[in-house]
Amino acid sequence: MPRNRRTKGAALAATAAISLLATACTGSAGSGATDDPKAKTTLTFWHGWSAPGEVAAIEANIDSFEKKHPNIKVKVVKGITDDKLNQALRAGGSNAPDVVSSFTTDNVGRFCSTNALADLKPFLAKSDIDPARTFLPQMAKYTEHEGKRCAVPLLGDAYGLYYNKKAFAEAGITAPPKTLSEFDKVAQKLTRTKGDSYEQLGFMPNFQGYETTFEHYASQFGVRYFDAEGRSDLAGDPAAKALFTWQKNLADKLGGYKKLEKFRTGLGDEWGPKHPFHTGQVAMQLDGEWRGKMAQDAGLDFEIGAAPFPVPDDQAADYGKGYLSGTILGIAGVSKKQNAAWELVKYLSTDTDAVVSFANAIHNVPSTVAALKSPKLNDDPLYRTFVDIAQHPKSSHAPSSVNGGAFLLTAQDLGVRHEAGREKDLDAGLKKTDAQIDKDNEQAR
Amino acid sequence: MAATTFRPPVSRALRAKRRRSALRTLGFLSPWLIGFAVFFAYPLVSTVYFSFMEYDGFAPPVWVGLKNWSYVFNDYVFFWPALRNTLWLVAVMVSLRVLFGIGIGLLITKIKTGAGVFRTLFYLPYLAPPVAATMSFVFLLNPGTGPANTILESVGLPAPGWFTDPAWSKPSLTILALWGIGDLMVIFMAALLDVPKEQYEAAELDGARAWQRFRYVTFPNISPIVLFAVVTGVIATMQYYTEPLVAAKVASGVIGGSGQQFEPGYPDRTTLTVPQTIYNLGFQRFDTGAACVVALVLFALAMAFTAILMRRRSGFMSAED
Repeated sequence: MPRNRRTKGAALAATAAISLLATACTGSAGSGATDDPKAKTTLTFWHGWSAPGEVAAIEANIDSFEKKHPNIKVKVVKGITDDKLNQALRAGGSNAPDVVSSFTTDNVGRFCSTNALADLKPFLAKSDIDPARTFLPQMAKYTEHEGKRCAVPLLGDAYGLYYNKKAFAEAGITAPPKTLSEFDKVAQKLTRTKGDSYEQLGFMPNFQGYETTFEHYASQFGVRYFDAEGRSDLAGDPAAKALFTWQKNLADKLGGYKKLEKFRTGLGDEWGPKHPFHTGQVAMQLDGEWRGKMAQDAGLDFEIGAAPFPVPDDQAADYGKGYLSGTILGIAGVSKKQNAAWELVKYLSTDTDAVVSFANAIHNVPSTVAALKSPKLNDDPLYRTFVDIAQHPKSSHAPSSVNGGAFLLTAQDLGVRHEAGREKDLDAGLKKTDAQIDKDNEQAR
Repeated sequence: MAATTFRPPVSRALRAKRRRSALRTLGFLSPWLIGFAVFFAYPLVSTVYFSFMEYDGFAPPVWVGLKNWSYVFNDYVFFWPALRNTLWLVAVMVSLRVLFGIGIGLLITKIKTGAGVFRTLFYLPYLAPPVAATMSFVFLLNPGTGPANTILESVGLPAPGWFTDPAWSKPSLTILALWGIGDLMVIFMAALLDVPKEQYEAAELDGARAWQRFRYVTFPNISPIVLFAVVTGVIATMQYYTEPLVAAKVASGVIGGSGQQFEPGYPDRTTLTVPQTIYNLGFQRFDTGAACVVALVLFALAMAFTAILMRRRSGFMSAED
């Protein structure tokens, strides 16, 4: 080939490949709480809620904040995901948020270790707020990382078991199961097959079945995740092996992974009225406190009940515990209005009336001790079940990690391979998963 | 004795003229030069620089040598599956799209009636936005409730798991890509209509059969377009991102809720592509260094593929091209 043609070819190849290099790297950190919180200012607040009722509830809270702080205007931006949040916190700029909330409690470790969110300790001290006494202890725990507090909880989520009372009555079941062996029997009893599918499935155990994730099961088993040195220790934790073994056995008892997956892919959207628990396709559901209100809003033709999710037989004494999560609230590390931002964070997260009214409006569990005791708090028995789960001393959230929830996804990936029969040797799989989590954590440090 | 070369003195006026000429040339070239520097040279140099750095977007970059390279090649669990998937898609999807594009083009240029209807039918899917098209396909191919499996089962054929089955997820993406073949069909139709009729007449007089007419008349005439389709197809497939991501999210059920985390590549990392890993590392894990390593690998592969194809282009082109 003539040289000039070759050069042209190389130039064309280079030009054609330009668009593949799309990794621009900008942004810098820096904070300073020197602003006057009494000065006239406008804060930008990003949150993740998007349903009309939820958006209206947070705006009502913002309105009452603005009335109490006439010098501070709040510009609210709704429907923000953690991906957007992380990018904005790095980019900074005039449109970047000052106050942020996130549903992904698992990301606290990343927010704190990168200083994406400002350290709240000086602000809490200045306002004489002791997080350990103000917030529910477990929620106070999941909003800090390695002693660094970069977030406070803003309403919590507790997970438990919802059940279809009509299906229970038809199957002759009188009370919700308390241990996992009872649960397996109930799930089988409630399952009615139809051809190679189901007329009614007792419970969807698969790891892709909405809230039936590794992390949510793990709280019931008391999985400890990491050893004293901070190394992943699923292989050394009998609870982790017990979880994977129980989950696969239940899937097998209910028809096997393939049959369940085929059924799962035909089910309605988790956040819509056609959720399989609403339609009666699934008789029991592991879910958060919001499901009760969603189910009632969907206008069901059967009654539903709620109870703590069952525990392993050897942990029967701990029945009542559950997985805890929630929304977190923080101040952007790059914000130049951190003192004013703290006024908003303090109001939203610790003002008892604000917390209770917001919790009642969106059917979430309050995160402060005072709000949990408030007589104004919703007294719906379904909702109260989850308030009790939230206060159980053994209820828990996964530990924070430097790379957010990546380790949970890695553990769940093993679960999917195991339930599908692609990971035959669970012990070897657990060891491989530990090694992977350690390597990923090492890279993220 | 060494020969001395006589160099006539260059006058000041001539030097000034040369300088003016050089400046004028640079002036005309400057839009391209600026574009090249800003959009190619700078990103390339920065990508190489950051591939040796630890940088999370906050703290200043720290030199870590080959740590990111070692992590990507040895420890980043998504890299090799993503690379294998991307190469599979480059080989299978691009080949089938080109073959299918030529086939549809031939069909529409040969049929006597209804060509307009077929043209519209085959072009319309191309206009569908990728997210909507992918969601529709996941619905059509839903193993439990999708019409595709209902039809297959009604005629006694096995019903695959499509986007939920590791063995079928990439073929499902390929079917989706073939459904949106409209762009290639139009290009090939134009090329096929450009083939001189007298060449077909001469071939027929020589007794050439249909395959021989295609092999010795049609293909040599459309070969530059085939090369174009292959090169652009390879590059587009290397950037394949939206469709596999949406298909995996919808099929896995993890589509709603801002708090839900999602492991890309469902099922079993079979729909994971290299651009997804760049996003995962760069904008979800904020591991800029490792993301830059993967970007450079993709860049090198795209360069290599394009260079090989351009070197081989003589086989595709006639002397006039």
